Amino acid sequence: MPVMKASAEEQVLNIAIQNHVFSANTLEAPAGQKFKILVKNLDSTPEEFDSDDLHREKLIPAGKEITINLGPLKPGSYAFKGDFHATTAHATLLVR
Amino acid sequence: MLASAIIVFREVLEASLIIGLVLAATRGIAGRGRWIGLGVGVGCAGAALVAYFAENLAALAQGAGQELFNAGILLLAVGMLGWHHIWMARNAQSMRDAFKALGRSVQAGEKTMRGLAVVVGAALLREGSEAILFLYGVAASESESSLRDMVMGGLGGLGLGALCGTALYLGLLRISPRYLFTVTGTLIVLLAGSMASQAAGMLAQADWLPTLADPLWDTSDILTRNSPLGQLLHILVGYDDRPTGIALTAYVMTVGAIAGLARAVKNQWKQPAPQTPLTTVERSHPSAAPAIPSNQAPR
Repeated sequence: MPVMKASAEEQVLNIAIQNHVFSANTLEAPAGQKFKILVKNLDSTPEEFDSDDLHREKLIPAGKEITINLGPLKPGSYAFKGDFHATTAHATLLVR
Repeated sequence: MLASAIIVFREVLEASLIIGLVLAATRGIAGRGRWIGLGVGVGCAGAALVAYFAENLAALAQGAGQELFNAGILLLAVGMLGWHHIWMARNAQSMRDAFKALGRSVQAGEKTMRGLAVVVGAALLREGSEAILFLYGVAASESESSLRDMVMGGLGGLGLGALCGTALYLGLLRISPRYLFTVTGTLIVLLAGSMASQAAGMLAQADWLPTLADPLWDTSDILTRNSPLGQLLHILVGYDDRPTGIALTAYVMTVGAIAGLARAVKNQWKQPAPQTPLTTVERSHPSAAPAIPSNQAPR
């Protein structure tokens, strides 16, 4: 059974991918607590959310949205990218 | 073209290294070429299926379908690797004896080959489906001239990945038979640990497990996971420059459990009078070069 979900105030960050580029260069999240990033793929081809820094790798089918569960993280900067278009699709998560 | 080559190479590399290791670890077992070939075939077909149904899979379990599926596949492979290692602990001596009798291969190994075929198939299933989805994306969005580039790049990546697995296999074969199974056995256990930590990572990603500390430590200034060596060590022994607590826990528990069980089995079988649970079978062409039976051609 899933671990109990964190409290309702768990922060949700939104980002989209269009034309193989993220809609924001940076996202900011609080250190030491759990949060989510909702990633929406507005392109007509699949993409893969990928981050060695965050230990995340998740396919995003065309036109779909996925949830990346994260945290608690230490303060720092964590790079992530769209693995299928890594030259254009990359951004940073700042945790402070 | 380069992007296609890099992505395909990366996805193929893991499967290729696993096949190289499995081939070396099963040296001398009859019918292994057939079983591994079956694993490759079923794995590729499965990868196409998974890619086709990726959208449905992603939507399962409140969006955690991918993670749970991958974790399941990984844990199945961990189980098979563990079983193989424990089986070898019981049978390694008779395997070595069989080597000494030139041109013989061990027939009773077919059981463990089935398990390892599953490991090979599982690796291709996971990695292959990602490569297919990537190539599909390129094919769907770009012009025809770049389609040729994609095919060339994809084939280049595939060839290079296969080459790495072959190199690992040939490298392992240079080890004397006396130590071969000790080395491959150790690598199999560490590979199982690596897969278990990946599975734990998937379950953390699905929010089914806590990450514990993230990261536990940071050795990225010594060896980054992205470097060629880091990548190789990541696949084979589970190296991570910034591991999470849960990944390390899964790794240590898996390696400890498999090594411990293998040791217990080995000791238990040492107590009674020496018995050889294996039968050996004469190969049809005993005059052929003894070291490499015909079905061992690396892929």
